[in-house]
Amino acid sequence: MHTANLLLILMAMVVAAYYLARGRSLVMAKPLGGIRHLHSLPFYYGLRASLWCAVPSLLLLVIWLIFDEPLIAGLVLGSLPDALQPTSVSEENLMLSTVRNLATGSLAADNVDSALVVASERLIALREMGSRIVSAGVLGLALLGGFGAWLTISPLLRARQQVERVFKGVLFSCACVAIFTTLGILLSVLFESLRFFEAVPVTEFLFGTSWSPQTAIRADQVGSSGAFGAVPLFVGTMLISFIAMVVAVPVGLMSAIYLAEYAHGKVRAYAKPVLEILAGVPTVVYGFFAALTVAPFLRDAGAGVGLSVSSESALAAGLVMGVMIIPFISSLADDVITAVPQSLRDGSLALGATHSETIKKVIFPAALPGIVGGVLLAVSRAIGETMIVVMAAGLAANLTLNPLETVTTITVQIVTLLVGDQEFDSPKTLAAFALGLMLFVVTLILNFIALHVVKKYREQYD
Amino acid sequence: MIEDHQKKAEQVARGLKRRYRAEKRFRFYGIMAVAFGLLAVAVLFTDIITKGSGAFRQTYIQLTVHYDPEVLDITDLRDESQVALGNFSGVIRQGLYDRFPQFSSRNDKRELNKMISSGEGFELRDRLVENPSLLGRSETLWLVADDDIDTYFKSYGDSGGAFTGRVSETQRAVVEGLKQSGDIRLKLNTNFFTKGDSREPEQAGIWGAVVGSFFTLVITLALSFPIGVAAAIYLEEFAPRNRWTDLIEVNINNLAAVPSIIFGLLGLAIFINFFEVPRSIPVIGGLVLTLMTLPTIIITSRAAIKAVPPSIREAAIGIGASPMQVVMHHVLPLAMPGMLTGAIIGMAQALGETAPLLMIGMVAFIVDIPSGPASPATVLPVQIFLWADSPERAFVEKTSAAIMVLLAFLILMNTTAIWLRKRLERRW
Repeated sequence: MHTANLLLILMAMVVAAYYLARGRSLVMAKPLGGIRHLHSLPFYYGLRASLWCAVPSLLLLVIWLIFDEPLIAGLVLGSLPDALQPTSVSEENLMLSTVRNLATGSLAADNVDSALVVASERLIALREMGSRIVSAGVLGLALLGGFGAWLTISPLLRARQQVERVFKGVLFSCACVAIFTTLGILLSVLFESLRFFEAVPVTEFLFGTSWSPQTAIRADQVGSSGAFGAVPLFVGTMLISFIAMVVAVPVGLMSAIYLAEYAHGKVRAYAKPVLEILAGVPTVVYGFFAALTVAPFLRDAGAGVGLSVSSESALAAGLVMGVMIIPFISSLADDVITAVPQSLRDGSLALGATHSETIKKVIFPAALPGIVGGVLLAVSRAIGETMIVVMAAGLAANLTLNPLETVTTITVQIVTLLVGDQEFDSPKTLAAFALGLMLFVVTLILNFIALHVVKKYREQYD
Repeated sequence: MIEDHQKKAEQVARGLKRRYRAEKRFRFYGIMAVAFGLLAVAVLFTDIITKGSGAFRQTYIQLTVHYDPEVLDITDLRDESQVALGNFSGVIRQGLYDRFPQFSSRNDKRELNKMISSGEGFELRDRLVENPSLLGRSETLWLVADDDIDTYFKSYGDSGGAFTGRVSETQRAVVEGLKQSGDIRLKLNTNFFTKGDSREPEQAGIWGAVVGSFFTLVITLALSFPIGVAAAIYLEEFAPRNRWTDLIEVNINNLAAVPSIIFGLLGLAIFINFFEVPRSIPVIGGLVLTLMTLPTIIITSRAAIKAVPPSIREAAIGIGASPMQVVMHHVLPLAMPGMLTGAIIGMAQALGETAPLLMIGMVAFIVDIPSGPASPATVLPVQIFLWADSPERAFVEKTSAAIMVLLAFLILMNTTAIWLRKRLERRW
């Protein structure tokens, strides 16, 4: 049976279970003198039956959907004659896809081994049989669960507690998705990275100064020896992030101070949302802006004063990234500045300090932990930012600190290595995961320090 | 003694000027910073709008085409293979030769052939299939001009001359001729709003990407909203204070700050490589974006739950509700507006996201409009990325126009969120 049809029937059964069980509880309540003599509300009896009907059968279905293809494929491959038995994993995959294509009819049966045709027929038969067995199993389980739940209804049954326990379990498992996501990230980048470090030593990756991640198809190819020294990428990332911070920190901080301390209420009410628009603009738009407007502008301006600016300069990407981060810093700084109590301002002004002296010598130190935390978070964002650098920074891994030249970053390399088809056994692809691991670890450390700084050094005024 | 005081007062007075100057300077820096930010917004938007507004109009050329069965090589319209192989661009070519008999050399003819978009043959085919009686007759149509002609014609009125980069002498003369007879004109670019991607700029549209974005967002919302709300309820209302809960909280805060591209790596390694979900489909895009937006939704939902005053909970408990009933019947409905606002903001974030989708194959060149969440698709920001990379000059205009559409959606979503918050938020 088709899965969608199966689900529809199951849904009907679940609804039926709810109404039947609810009806039975009402019938039981009647001779006792109304539903207040039941332990739980009829709703919970109905829901309990629905859950018994749905949960075990759905579990079975999910397990089947995950394991059916490998199981059937194993059976089909096992039935092949010895002469055709695959010797390697890739050969096995090739054979399986041939058999599958034969089964769907997208491959004509004329010019393939007759054993494979037999195998494809066997595949179809097995699939049909499996689907029949599972349909029967799922519906049987649903019937059994629903009927059992219906049968066990009694006025003393603690249906509400049972239902609530299930619900609480669901809520808990949803909360755990966050942990599994982190775990998934760690496992995915860690495993592939370990495989990468089998091919390329860790020390070469961390301290090597040459990056050219191509691997040879033939041994005698020119430039066949890929170099995986990631230092140029680290330096490039740092350079662009540094330029971004040079733009974003002063501008973000000063505009937060101005809007919080000086600006008229009306100016603040208009300027703040407009600045926050910058935070909502997708990064791909910034990338387009950097590549097609800022970079040519800088190149022409450079040519005008006799400087040769690369058309994919670090400066263009950094400047635009800085603009992107301005609202991030200014809104974080705004929060901590407005959190400084008014009494500190009043005290300083009463001693004769000017407004700016109050800000520089009283408010700023009081707000410093929060500001440092915000800046660290902004740095971690700049390091992980992808689209701006993919579109506006280059691919050439130059080891330079000159902002007018082309540099490349970790994220650019991850994207270039992984876009398109890739095989998971070449160091070229795996290098992207090693870079991803570096990125994850560095941003994790930065976030951790940022949260720690904010927590530890925050002054408590109340 | 008095002299001392006077001295001090003088000293202060002298310093005062300097301090006031510093005060003014500081204030000026502040104004400059705000002005820089506002200027950035202004420059960004004017740049995109001036670059992109042209793409909503397209150059069309009016031409009389003759559906000549001999040129088409079609004898029977019911025969699908004949129709599929029909030489429709030949018909257009013939129409151009008839219109401009003065250009008869081979070179000139080649230039003429390049005037009309190569995709217009399919347009004629569809017309003929729809209306078989046209076979053997003539028809006067507005046909989409080639992108080079389009770029040239649009820059025509500009001072400093038109952009003639890829347009030949012959073609310029043809445009001049068409202009005098009123047979070349800018009209609303319907292709842009109704078609999928194409290698020909004049045939490329955003509809495929919009539909792909829609399916991806529906899946993201369907997964991340229930999971996020459930997680928020658990953490706010039921979680015991223990290590496991702390671990969950630390994880949520960290995931909120993990670079988005890392989620792409997760999707590639776990979903595609391990679970063998096909690439490029909205389902996998939605899965990855769900994991990415989940922290945002959990954090805003928790804030919304926190904002419900304890007195409501206490009152419900007081009349005998169980903790689960308190949450489901009272806290959740009251916190819903805040949660919805968070969900919309999370969706806006997901709509603008590009980097993780590049990792999971949503950068493929897909011409067809996706028919469902399991058919290959691309999304709006990725389409922008792809077009921004294309060398044709006409794509710059298309890219900017696509950005304008994307920004319009984002502004719409954010305004809805703000409106919803203002409208439904309750002060206790």
